[in-house]
Amino acid sequence: MTIEFRSWGLRDVSLYYVQKLIYQLNRDMRVRERFGTDREALLKEYELTQEELEAIRTPDIGKLFVLGVNGQLLMHYAALHRYPWANYIQAMRDGVTKYGKVREGLYTMLEK
Amino acid sequence: MPLVFAGVCSHAPGITGRAHLAEDVAEKRDVFYDSLHRMREAMEEKDPEALIVVGAEHFANFFFDNMPAYCIGMADFYEGPIEDEEWLAIRRTRIPGAPDISRRLITEVMNDCDVAYAQEWKFDHGIAVPLHFLTPRYDLPVIPVNINCQEPPLTPLHRVWAFGKALRKACDAMPERVALVGTGGISHWPCTPDSGTINEAFDRDFLIKFVNNRKDELLAYTDEEVYRDAGHGGFEIRTFISIAAATEGATGNLWFYAPIPIFAVGCTVATMTVQ
Repeated sequence: MTIEFRSWGLRDVSLYYVQKLIYQLNRDMRVRERFGTDREALLKEYELTQEELEAIRTPDIGKLFVLGVNGQLLMHYAALHRYPWANYIQAMRDGVTKYGKVREGLYTMLEK
Repeated sequence: MPLVFAGVCSHAPGITGRAHLAEDVAEKRDVFYDSLHRMREAMEEKDPEALIVVGAEHFANFFFDNMPAYCIGMADFYEGPIEDEEWLAIRRTRIPGAPDISRRLITEVMNDCDVAYAQEWKFDHGIAVPLHFLTPRYDLPVIPVNINCQEPPLTPLHRVWAFGKALRKACDAMPERVALVGTGGISHWPCTPDSGTINEAFDRDFLIKFVNNRKDELLAYTDEEVYRDAGHGGFEIRTFISIAAATEGATGNLWFYAPIPIFAVGCTVATMTVQ
């Protein structure tokens, strides 16, 4: 269904939903518990692209940054995976080196 | 009694969470902490019955599914910080609210501005860090206020001014003594590869305008200019500008300013005279 939805050209990426997943992980302990015990079922409840799913599962903090996830959300997802602060910053830098510029969201504001 | 105290301070999570990484600037760090303690003492001298904190929360309560430009808390109590306690170095606790004052505040503000209200609110570092210094015993009822400063579309600065004026008018209509603190960053690029970058010249220029309460100059900033020169974190100048509006006609004093890159912000403490 997600693929059909996108094929209509209504939405190219699901940045909203990957950010919503991280938002709910940050503030809802029940979501966080399910992320630990029933992760795949939880992820199916969000309309995530394959690229986002892989970045969430890995976790690939650099990819999530390039996809446009707001850092105020992303830093908590990194903290959930016990990234020390310096490693979190480096992961974003590595992401830009590996995948290129941020594609969507707040950090592309001046480019639009 | 109306408004009895007004000030602004920084709230970056590194201020508490990365204190141990600031040993190379320990003297500067400790003077900053002392300035925050001094702010607490100055506020306590006014014996407020409630503290209104105008913050810029970071997706702890509000998300893109329903993002209010302005929201005021109306809860019996609040909880926070939402962040990992070890990461922020602040213990999670319950903070008393002032629902009756909140209800009157919101009702009065609504005469001039449309605001959302919330009877449930989890504090993130945006409020938890200032409270850690300003009400360390969590014995002063708090009323959180949020201005969306995270992602556009953002409320324009002239509306922020109107909101700050409405807050003041509402405070002055109350019998209770109320303190008002705005908390945000000036230039900063938080949570990105540019974290730690601070445009000190921009900050100092803004602070001159702020403490001298130059309305026209404060409202002349554009989001594009702020984003370019002060980063996305610079959108939080809205919190400071609301305090300038609430104290329109008065000036203030800058008690502390210094860039501390490991805290990812130009650390600021200032008060405004309440006339």
